[in-house]
Amino acid sequence: MLELRNLSKKVGSSIHINDVSLMLEKGSLNVLLGATLSGKTSLMRLMAGLDKPTSGEILMNGVSVLRTPVQQRNIAMVYQQFINYPAFSVYENIASPMRVAGVDKKTIDIKVREAADLMKLTPYLDRGVLNLSGGQQQRTALARALVKGAELVLLDEPLANLDYKLREELRVELPKIFAETGAIFIYATTEPQEALLLGGRTVTLHKGCVTQFGHTIDVYNNPSNLDTAQTFSDPPMNVISMRKQADQFVFSQGLVDCPKQLLGLADGPYSIGIRPHHLMLKESKSASLKIEAPVSSTEISGSETFIHLLQGDLKLVVLTHGVHRVAIGDQIPIYIDPSKFFIFDQRDALVSAPSVGVA
Amino acid sequence: MAQITLDKLAHSYLENPKTDNDFALKEIDYVWDDGGAYALLGPSGCGKTTLLNIISGLLVPSKGKVLFDDRDVTTFQPEQRNIAQVFQFPVIYDTMTVRQNLEFPLKNRHVPKHEIAKRVDEMIEVLDLSEKANLKARGLTADEKQKISLGRGLVRYDVNAILFDEPLTVIDPHMKWQLRTKLKELHRQFNHTMIYVTHDQTEAMTFADKVVVMYEGEVVQIGTPEELFDEPKHTFVGYFIGSPGMNILPVNVVGNQAKIGSHSVDLKGSYPDLTGKIELGIRPEFMSFNETGVGIPVQITGVDDIGRFKIVHANIDNIEVNVVLNEGESIPSDPKVTLQTSRTNIYQNDHLVRPLVNERGT
Amino acid sequence: MEKTYNNKAWLLVIPVFILVALSAIIPIMTVVNYSVQDTFGGNKFFWVGTEWFTDVLRSERFHNALGRNLLFSFIILCIEIPLGIWIALSMPKKGIWVPVCLIMMALPLLIPWNVVGTIWQIFGRGDIGLLGHTMSLLGIDYNYTNNIFDAWLTIIIMDVWHWTSLVVLLCYAGLVSIPEAYYQAARIDGASKWSVFRFIQLPKMRGVLIIAFLLRFMDSFMIYTEPFVLTGGGPGNSTTFLSIDLVKQAIGQFDLGPAAAMSLIYQLIVLLICYIFFTVMSHVGSDKPLEEKAE
Repeated sequence: MLELRNLSKKVGSSIHINDVSLMLEKGSLNVLLGATLSGKTSLMRLMAGLDKPTSGEILMNGVSVLRTPVQQRNIAMVYQQFINYPAFSVYENIASPMRVAGVDKKTIDIKVREAADLMKLTPYLDRGVLNLSGGQQQRTALARALVKGAELVLLDEPLANLDYKLREELRVELPKIFAETGAIFIYATTEPQEALLLGGRTVTLHKGCVTQFGHTIDVYNNPSNLDTAQTFSDPPMNVISMRKQADQFVFSQGLVDCPKQLLGLADGPYSIGIRPHHLMLKESKSASLKIEAPVSSTEISGSETFIHLLQGDLKLVVLTHGVHRVAIGDQIPIYIDPSKFFIFDQRDALVSAPSVGVA
Repeated sequence: MAQITLDKLAHSYLENPKTDNDFALKEIDYVWDDGGAYALLGPSGCGKTTLLNIISGLLVPSKGKVLFDDRDVTTFQPEQRNIAQVFQFPVIYDTMTVRQNLEFPLKNRHVPKHEIAKRVDEMIEVLDLSEKANLKARGLTADEKQKISLGRGLVRYDVNAILFDEPLTVIDPHMKWQLRTKLKELHRQFNHTMIYVTHDQTEAMTFADKVVVMYEGEVVQIGTPEELFDEPKHTFVGYFIGSPGMNILPVNVVGNQAKIGSHSVDLKGSYPDLTGKIELGIRPEFMSFNETGVGIPVQITGVDDIGRFKIVHANIDNIEVNVVLNEGESIPSDPKVTLQTSRTNIYQNDHLVRPLVNERGT
Repeated sequence: MEKTYNNKAWLLVIPVFILVALSAIIPIMTVVNYSVQDTFGGNKFFWVGTEWFTDVLRSERFHNALGRNLLFSFIILCIEIPLGIWIALSMPKKGIWVPVCLIMMALPLLIPWNVVGTIWQIFGRGDIGLLGHTMSLLGIDYNYTNNIFDAWLTIIIMDVWHWTSLVVLLCYAGLVSIPEAYYQAARIDGASKWSVFRFIQLPKMRGVLIIAFLLRFMDSFMIYTEPFVLTGGGPGNSTTFLSIDLVKQAIGQFDLGPAAAMSLIYQLIVLLICYIFFTVMSHVGSDKPLEEKAE
């Protein structure tokens, strides 16, 4: 188990990591989700021991590892740029950590072939690494990380430089392969979709702080604050400022009745978050809030349509299934079900989230 | 603005190409309409960057011609073709400010000073860079730098086409969104012919009016996003477009029925006798779990929850399929799937086969 | 699986320590020692504090030598840096001529410095030297042993011949690392060759140019062997640089005190100028971009 206690890292006057405390279980898959520059790589480097924290503790299985140099920690790290030893063949690359540790030839051979098999590299074992495609080079780097049998595996956006479809395939294979080793698996990414597809637990990072840590789908359904909700949303969540007055929500374009479960909320200003696919084009009984706004642009992706609406300072994105052709400038109505509101207070903390599992 | 014609265009990186395989780009004949938004979509190594470089003039093709309107520009250099190109990573002049960066191409073409000022001011507004206009370009974020790269192309009068080579590669998902939308707006506003190379099908489909799907140097299909989604002409297109991609199942076709193992499925029309490799293609969005117990029994091997829908991985007689479940739906205890008849496609040796007569008579 | 990690590496470094101590640290401390002492002979020394330092700093001889050094370095930098950049720009970046050019550039750097001095000494002689003889055939009055201008000219040309390659190789390395996309974008923008140089190549070579500048300044300011072999400091003391003057005093006149003081002052001047230059160059024109923070 890896534990981080009040970990901070300051470089000059800028704070890269701000008071992070986490406990990561053995054999768990953890996703570090955050925008570029949110601190993902800094945090991973601290966990690996490549950087020393300004303050705080890192404990592995209850023992502090701060004084332990990187070479002695049992970790493996894979980067976004496929990093391999350019002069070696695939076989040698995968064998390198074992050669350094002085493992005997026979064991090396068995383990290399095992890892190559898992990564589908067996036909390429004798090739020079630079003659492979991007996907194969990254698989080599992953195989090298695999043979180490490390307790902690750190992957820093490893699939970001790969083709879309290749990414999809590897994303499914990776967790399975590393789960069998029982290592703590940490995967950094900027894409919410990847976090959801990987599952496991997610740590959301924003400006060096951990904003939430929990089961991925829980973080998705109950983001603790607006930043987390935005981090975890692609396309970005729609946010409307509303004011609760008695049993209604009032905003610049109108008002809507407050749903029963929210009547207990204090009156006052709130930020209401609505996911783009909860904005409907068709009227329905539960969708009691109607907003009319002109279309500013549309994007069609074959199976889905994104419609952008702009009215004054109200910017909305609607995501619908299928193809809908609307002209720019058309005034179209959209309907929202208030029970799908995410309500954030003035300090951007979550007050209420829609319940899940209800059709 | 120009119409771009590719006339029997092909390219090989080898000195003396002999067989088809020696060509990185196989023969292509196509006319790109003036002012259209196109995407070149395909995996790494499919030849899309080669094609883009031939259109921009950075590469001279081994065979065939490139025409802008009616002029043969095949051997012309990029500066003579009046095109603009945005690269994978932002290319800006470090020592200049944002404004100076945008003025640069106009100054080189000796445009009068007041014209330059007018155009550059307009461009800064359009790109939402007003606050940073007088800062050194080096200090900006990646997406702002890409906007500057793009702006340098748009600011010119004489641009025939703007070519994009995977421009959103270094951009964060959040900004990717905004930049994509911005590109679409800019296309509408300025009406330039825009050609966009990418391996990301979402980018291609949302940006382009027409998508050119490429695979191993060949153009596999050209169509609107809907055409590519509904009727992919090749199993590769079906697999590549859509996330997850189309399910491809080996079947036997008799008349208007397909047999998957021991189960029968209705097809959207009648087919003649088919030989060779016969497959049925159906997208995960058009398969559903049946409550009433009718349908093909499946074994569930896993479920991915991505919030707004779930992807269910299942097995029909050891053939893997994916089914999309919408938010709020659940999997019945005895799972059986049905396929939407009108969305089934039949492929013979990877190519689409049209039914003789559509059941609905169309 | 753990990599072996212990302190054995320190043992490997001890020989180097001893070497550096013997060849650098102890000698420098000896110099410091001499610079604050005087002797009437017979190996007896007494403390004089900073007297030598003030003497040196006030002496005209020192000022003249210093002036010569500054002038020399200035001229050298003005010639070698632009020339080096120009040659680097002209060198091919791809193809079979690349290794040939690189080797040709490296050759002058491999020649021992006193051999360089000797080469040019013979080269410039009016009777047997190719240059000297050609000059007299052309009717040009050229004699580096008794003409101040000719002596300076020969030393400068000798240094340019010897050291420009260093600037070339450094700039070449910088140039080669510029991604092709920048040139492509410049072509598309319609930029002239001068614009490409000014806005793409020069800014991207900033790092290597700083290093080239520093190295050439330090080396030219400390120059000793080549001019010594060529002119011995003459004619008169027109080419007596600080280093040559120092040796004259220390070994020729056996004035250890002033020589030691002068050498320390010399060293401090070099350090000071380099420090100022480096600090200025690192900060000018390099406002840290917003993405400089670690991720």
